[in-house]
Parts: sequence; C-alpha cells; structure tokens
Amino acid sequence: MIPRFAPGVRLHEDKARARWIVMAPERMFIPDDIALEVLRLVDGIRDEAAIVALLAAKFDAPVEEIGADVGAMLEDLIAKGALAHG
Amino acid sequence: MADAPLALLAELTHRCPLRCPYCSNPMELARASSELTTAEWARVFREAAALGCLQLHLSGGEPTVRRDIVEIVAAARAAGLYSNLITAGVLLDAGLMARLVEAGLDHVQLSVQDADEAGAERIGGMKGAQAKKRAAAALVRQSGLPLTLNAVVHRQNLHNLSELIAIALEWGAQRLEVAHVQYYGWALANRDALLPTRAQLDAATGIVDAARLANRGRLVIDYVVPDYYAARPKACMGGWGRRFLAVSPMGEVLPCHAAKSVTGMVFPNIRDTSLEAAWTGSDAFNAFRGMAWMPAPCQGCAHAERDWGGCRCQAFALTGDAAATDPACALSPHHAMLAAAVAEAGEARFRYREFS
Repeated sequence: MIPRFAPGVRLHEDKARARWIVMAPERMFIPDDIALEVLRLVDGIRDEAAIVALLAAKFDAPVEEIGADVGAMLEDLIAKGALAHG
Repeated sequence: MADAPLALLAELTHRCPLRCPYCSNPMELARASSELTTAEWARVFREAAALGCLQLHLSGGEPTVRRDIVEIVAAARAAGLYSNLITAGVLLDAGLMARLVEAGLDHVQLSVQDADEAGAERIGGMKGAQAKKRAAAALVRQSGLPLTLNAVVHRQNLHNLSELIAIALEWGAQRLEVAHVQYYGWALANRDALLPTRAQLDAATGIVDAARLANRGRLVIDYVVPDYYAARPKACMGGWGRRFLAVSPMGEVLPCHAAKSVTGMVFPNIRDTSLEAAWTGSDAFNAFRGMAWMPAPCQGCAHAERDWGGCRCQAFALTGDAAATDPACALSPHHAMLAAAVAEAGEARFRYREFS
C-alpha cells in the first residue's frame, strides 16, 4: 500500500503554537508524536514497507514491531479521512 | 491576553451576481472603489499567519469577481494559510479553475440555493445560475480539489432538503453544510419570509440524521441549527474575539462578519493599524472578551464559558443592546420575542439584497 494524503489534506507547521497540524477542509486535527513521524514520511511515492524500514532504522527497533504500529496508525489516519490508499 | 485566532474570513468584495435575501453582508454594501488592493490583502494574510491563523476563508460577495483572485490565492499560499474559496460558482470556468489550483487553492465551498432549479433562481435572484453551479461543481471535481456544498435552508426551500442532499452526492461533494438562516442584516429584514415552522425544522433534523447514517464514509453533513426554537444560545464564533476574525472589503477588522450590524461600535482598519494590534489591543475586540461584561442572567451561569452569552449581533438586533443576553437563551428577559417572531412569519415575497 502506498499511502497518500486525501484531497485537500496536508501537514502544516503551526509555528505560533510550536506544533504540527493536519489541515483539512474546514477542520484540522493535531497528530500525536507517532502519527506525526508516519505522516512526515507520506509522500505518495513511498509504500508502507519503505516507511516502516525508515522508522525502524531511525528508532533502532525491530521491523516487525514498527510494522505493526505503522499499520495500525495508517488504518486510523485513513478512517479519519486524513490519508487515502494510493 | 487574547489567545491566537485560528481562522480569518477575508470578505474580498461585496459585489455578487446573486441577490440572496439572506446575504450575510451588511445592509450598506461596499463599492468596488473602496476595496483593499492585492498588496493590502497579501499583507493581511502575512500578518494573520504570523498571529497564528491557520485557515483562510476567501469570501464576499462573490470572491471571483475580483480580477486578482488568482494572485490573492497565491498570496494566501505564500503566507502559509490553508485556503478555502467560498463561491457561488457562476463565474468559474476551466481556465480560472486551473489557475486557482496552480496558485495553491486547497478547497472549494460552493453555494446552492435550492434543489429545484426555478426555486434556486428565484431565491438567488439570478437566471441560469443552477446550470452554472452544476458545471462549477464538475470543474472542481475534475481539478482534484475537495468540494463542499453549502445549502442555506429556510421556510421556502426546506421541502426540498432530501433533494439537496441528493444533489450534493450527484455533484460529487465530500461535505455538505446544511445551514439554517441566521437572522442579521438582510436575513433579519426577510425574517417573515425565511423563518421555518417548528414542523419544518423537526422534519429537516430527521432528514439530516437519516442521511448522515445512510451516507457514512461518502458524505459528511454539517448541520447548523436555527436558534429561534432553542432554549440555549449558540456559542457564536466560539466567543467574541476568541478564535476568529474577519476583514471586510474596505479593511475593517471584525470579530465576526455580522459585527458591523452593531451600530455605534468602531472597528479598527488594517489601513491604519496592524492585524495584531486590532486583535489584541482594540476596544472593539476587547469589548466582549471574558465574562466581566456579562449581564445578570450570564454572570455566574454554568453555561457562561460554554456559550459566552450567545451572539452579540443577535442581542443587538433584537434588544438594541449588544451587551444583553442573547434572546435565544431561555434565561433572557427577551426570550419571548423569538416565539412572537415565529408566530408572525409567513410572508412569501423577498426583499433582495442590493446596493443602496
């Protein structure tokens, strides 16, 4: 699966409040730290496995463990309408 | 100290090809010659972003009557704002749509006056509008931008609410706003023709509830309820000067787009001051912040920090005192005015909006 942002959705740095925010049509939500790590790697080109590999390397953690977390996170972000299946 | 605002409504112009009798513009409309320039709007957007605004609503009038609408969208994107074009769609063509997307537009909100073509064109006061709106929706969908349909509902189109929901699906919208008319300015002047009956309101709420369930995952429906039948007022704008600000075509900085209806209040102008100074330091924005200004039914009320005493513009429109409790609240000494207005409604003719 290649995740991509849903139409009209993008990650935005909220400098005034020192946080990142997911902007969507007439709404916005604040991703938690783990969701933010995943969203920063969503570019419509990388597939789920590539995202998992990058995060496993970054956090020096087993691919299986990271893979389960990322899978659940992507499902959640798709359910919220922030991401879509590529 | 005021919190940072989250959203800015930029009313780029009061000019519009439509003449809707519930228009949210003030009764006294601004002429083209007094409108802010492209550079002035770009400055407003930069200052809004620096102040903490995240979302920008480009509205009017009809924002696409501005010849510089593409440059305005580009300025919004350059400032880092998420831009939403609130349009009647009747001036949109493929070339303009492509240039707006190229400039970085994020989202389009398209108005629809009724599901029935003749009804829509009578309410909007423009012949041929419905076909142009249908074409505009197709252009937005083809561009890949998300589309919201905005349906203002009232006594004279609520019988078509199910068909309006069907149009949202047919035209490819992902969101639909079903917004009952709010009564200030033009809408207040047309209240007898617009105010729904209790039976119409209850039927509408039932239709929206059922449609939300039936279209889960396909169409999100936002529902703005009318407060003439309410026991508690709405937390208008999330509270005066708390989350939201508007800038009028001629540069007045307002706590909400209807605030100019509070006659006697003086609003800062971005031609004289910065947006930050207007937001944090002006008398107009500070007038109804916090709870010290609140009258008796609100002082100490458990709802005071939930509804902030309701809507200041409605309080002014109905009682002549902007610092009164919103009559929509059952605790207001003026609450009976709303039932009286409901009893009087039933006029068929509209007073269309026009330049005076």
